[in-house]
Amino acid sequence: MARILYFASLREQLDCASETLDVANIETLGALKQSLAERGGAWQAAFSSPVGLLSSVNQQMATDAAAIANQDEIAFFPPVTGG
Amino acid sequence: MKIAVQTEDFDLSRETRRLCAGRKDVGATVSFTGLVRDMSADASLLALELEHYPGMTEKALGDIGNEARQRWDISDLTIIHRVGRLQPGDNIVLVITASAHRREAFEACEFLMDYLKTRAPFWKKEITRDGESWVASRHSDADAAERWQHND
Repeated sequence: MARILYFASLREQLDCASETLDVANIETLGALKQSLAERGGAWQAAFSSPVGLLSSVNQQMATDAAAIANQDEIAFFPPVTGG
Repeated sequence: MKIAVQTEDFDLSRETRRLCAGRKDVGATVSFTGLVRDMSADASLLALELEHYPGMTEKALGDIGNEARQRWDISDLTIIHRVGRLQPGDNIVLVITASAHRREAFEACEFLMDYLKTRAPFWKKEITRDGESWVASRHSDADAAERWQHND
């Protein structure tokens, strides 16, 4: 199972901070986004046209082409605003 | 290199002393302290909530620190970023660079802040008298970070 984390405004929008998901049949981050969008509602709004949505795989920034597998820690979050 | 993400406040002079302790190669330190500022038109900010991604945040700050050490001849550096609930006027971030020469220390410090603002996973939420809202990222921060990519 992969661990999926959601942060900040995205976490509030989805009302979900984390979940575990079997991604054995999902090859890339882009495909995972597509599958999350298919949940409908807030998920579709967040992941179907994810403008400004950032993502990481195993705590490194990643793009849609990144390969994913079970055991990975995958995170989605809005643009960062620290400092 | 000291990287810390913490709820507690920090003390600039103590951190500067710690950074330089036992060294004789440091000729200059440069520090940047960021404070929580009320940017509302009607001074309505009550607090700022700082959220981060535990694990990745420390890693990202370490990567940024290592990149600075590759680009400038700096002896050592410190990055401390606070998280949790902060009040207007509170300290939020501290960057200190130590180097033999001032120019390296100045430039590395500015670079660290510019990269931190666009690459480290922190998010600010403003709590005002009228409610809560997430702070939007700023193009000017992205532009400030990008200029270091054309600087070599």
